[in-house]
Amino acid sequence: MADTQLLLGLSFVLFALGLVGVMVRRNALVMLMCMELMLNAVILALVTFSLETATLSGAVLVFLIFVVAAAEIAIAIPIVLQLSRQRSSLDVEGYDRLQG
Amino acid sequence: MKLLTVIVLLPLAGFLLNGLLGRRLGRTFVSIVGCGLPILAFLATLKAVLLLQAAGPDAALLEVAYRWASFGDQGFDVAFYFDRLTAVMTLIITGVGSLIHVYSTGYMKDDPGYARYFAYLNLFLFFMLTLVLGRSLLVCFVGWEGVGLASYLLIGFWFEDPAKAAAGKKAFITNRVGDAGFLLGLFLLYWALGTVNMDEINAAFAAPVAPAVSASLVGVLLFIGATGKSAQIPLHVWLPDAMAGPTPVSALIHAATMVTAGVYLVARLHGIYEHAPEASQVVAVIGVLTAFFAATIALVQTDIKKVLAYSTVSQLGLMFLALGVGAYGVAVFHVYTHAFFKACLFLGAGSVIHALGGEQDIRKMGGLWRRIPLTFGTFAVATAAIAGIPPLAGFFSKDEILWFALASQHGGSAALWVLGSAASLLTSFYMFRLLWLTFLTPSRMSHDTEHHVHESPFSMTGVLIVLAALSAIGGFFELPHFLEPLLPIPAVAGSLEHYEHTFVFVAVAVALLGLAAATFMYRRGLARGEALAARFPRLHRILGGKYYIDELYEAVLYRPLHWVSDRVFLGLGDRLLIDGSLHGLAALTRRASGRLSRVQTGQLQWYVAMAVIGVVGCLVWVWRHG
Repeated sequence: MADTQLLLGLSFVLFALGLVGVMVRRNALVMLMCMELMLNAVILALVTFSLETATLSGAVLVFLIFVVAAAEIAIAIPIVLQLSRQRSSLDVEGYDRLQG
Repeated sequence: MKLLTVIVLLPLAGFLLNGLLGRRLGRTFVSIVGCGLPILAFLATLKAVLLLQAAGPDAALLEVAYRWASFGDQGFDVAFYFDRLTAVMTLIITGVGSLIHVYSTGYMKDDPGYARYFAYLNLFLFFMLTLVLGRSLLVCFVGWEGVGLASYLLIGFWFEDPAKAAAGKKAFITNRVGDAGFLLGLFLLYWALGTVNMDEINAAFAAPVAPAVSASLVGVLLFIGATGKSAQIPLHVWLPDAMAGPTPVSALIHAATMVTAGVYLVARLHGIYEHAPEASQVVAVIGVLTAFFAATIALVQTDIKKVLAYSTVSQLGLMFLALGVGAYGVAVFHVYTHAFFKACLFLGAGSVIHALGGEQDIRKMGGLWRRIPLTFGTFAVATAAIAGIPPLAGFFSKDEILWFALASQHGGSAALWVLGSAASLLTSFYMFRLLWLTFLTPSRMSHDTEHHVHESPFSMTGVLIVLAALSAIGGFFELPHFLEPLLPIPAVAGSLEHYEHTFVFVAVAVALLGLAAATFMYRRGLARGEALAARFPRLHRILGGKYYIDELYEAVLYRPLHWVSDRVFLGLGDRLLIDGSLHGLAALTRRASGRLSRVQTGQLQWYVAMAVIGVVGCLVWVWRHG
C-alpha cells in the first residue's frame, strides 16, 4: 500500500517536472526530453495501477505508449535538426514566424 | 429501311464528316461529301415521292424514328410525316439546296473556311429537313431553332468583321422574339388538345365539337413565330442585314428555304386558320403591308444584294397574303416558284460580285451583259419571272395570289388586291431597274475593275442555267391543284366568278407597266433616277432610311433596356446589393480574424500553457459534473 502511494507520488513529481520543463525551458532539445519525462511518468502510473488492480490492460497500454513515443521522437528529432540548421539555434523563442 | 429518317440524317452525316475531318482531308473530300450527301438526300426524296404517289392523293408516309420522352400513357415521338405538302417542301430544300452546294464549290473556292462553310450548310439542310418532315410541332420547333442557329453561323461566317458578326446576332435575337410566340402557341395547343402532332391538330379543329381553345389566339401566336422566321413586319429588320453572309447562303437560307418556313407552318396548320377568320385577317394584312412597304424600300437600294433582300421580304409578304385569304396551296406554289427565281437571282448576283471582285454597288456597275453573258441571260430570265411576265413561273403564282386576294370568300377584299397589285408593280419596277443598272446601261465601272471582269466557272454558271430553266417552266406545274387534297382552295365570290381572265390581263399589264417605267427611267443610266430623287428629297430619304424602323427600335426598345440594365440591374442589383453584401462579409471576416490572430504568437511555451490550461479546465469540469 505504501509502495503504491510512493510510486504514484514519484509519477506525479516526474510529470510535474516534465510539464514545468516544457513550459519554462527555451531549448528545444530539453523540451523534448521533458516531454519524454512526462510520458515516462504516465507509464509509471499505469504500471502501478496495473499491479494494484491485478489486471493487464494498463501494462498493455504501456507498449502502445512506447510506440507512440518512438514515433514522436523519430519525427521530432529531424524537425529540430532542420530548425537548428536554419536558425543555428535551439531557442524556441526564435521560431515565431507563424505568429498572426 | 427507314427512308424518311435517312433523308434527314444524310446532311447530318455531312455536317459531322466535314466538321470533324474536313480540315484534315482537304478540299476534294469536303466538296464530295458536302455536295454528294445532299444529292443523295434529293434522290431519296424522289423515291419517297414515288412511294407517296403510288399510295394515293391524300395519303401520307409516317415513320417513328424513336420515342423522345414518355410520361404515363403519353409521350413525344420523333416521327416523320411525309405528305404532298412535305414532298414539295423537301424537294425544294434538297433540290435547290444541292444546286447551291454545287455552286458554292465555285464561289467559295479560295476561302480558308471552306470545310467549315460546307459543314454549316449541311447542318442547315439537316435542321430544315427536320422542320418540314417533323410530324409534331415539337420536332418542327427543334428544326425551327436549328435553322436559326445555322443561319446565325452562316451570316456571321466571316466573323472577323464585327459588322457581319453583329448582323448574325441581330438575326438570331429578332428570331427569338418570334419564337416566344411560337412556343406560347405550342403550349396552348398541347394544353387544349393533348397532342402536338400537326395532322391531329388539324383534325381536332375540323371535328364537329370545337376544341376548348380559341383558334384565333393560337393562330396569331403561331403567326408571330412565322413573322420572325419569315421576316414580316414588325420583325423584318433582320433579313436585309443577313446579306452579310456569303451570297450562296443568302440564296439558300435567306431566299429559297428557311424564310419560307413561316409560310410552311401556316400552311401545315391550315386547319387552325380555316376556323380563325380574325387570325387569317391579321395574316393577310401583315402580309400585304410587308409586301408593299418592302417593295418601296427596294426602289432606292443601291446594294445589289439589299435590293434582292427587300424583294424577298416583299415576296414573302405576298405568300402570307395568300395564306391569309385561305389560298394555302397558292402560297406554297409561290414558295416553290420563288425558290427557283430568287435562288437564281441571288446566285446571279453572286456571280456578278465574283466577276467584279467584291463590288456590290449597282451604281458602279453597268454594261456587264457583254462581259458575262451567261450570268446576264439567266438573271434576265429570273427577273422577268419575279416581275410576273408570262409565261414564266412567277406569273402563274403571283397572278393566283392576287386573284384570291380579291375574290376569295375567306377574307378577300379589294383593298388587299390594290395593295398587292401595287407591290407587284413596284416589284416589276425595281427588278428591271436592277437589271438595267447592272447589265445594260453603259459601264460605270472603274477602269481597274473593268479590266478584271470574267465569267464565273462552269460549276456556277451551270447551276444558274438549271435554275433559270426551272424559273421559266416551273409555273406550268399546277401545284395548287396537286395539293388540293390537303390544302383546300377557297371558294370564289359569286359576283367575280366570270372575271378571272380579266384580272389575268390586269396582272400582266401591271408587270409590263413596271418594265416600261424602269426602262424609261434607267435606260440611259442613273441621271433620270437621280433627278427624281432630287425632286422628292424627303421621300427619298425616308425610303433610303428604310422608314427608320431600326432607329425606332433602338429608341423604343434598345435604349430603355440598356438604361434599365445599366442603372438598375448593374448599378443597383449587381454593384450595390450583391457586391456590397459580399464585400461587407469579407471585410467583417477580415477584421474579426485580425483580432483573433493575436492569439497566435508563435511562442511554443505559450501554446503549451494554453493546452495545460485547457486540460486542467476539462479536468475541473469533469470533477465538478462527474
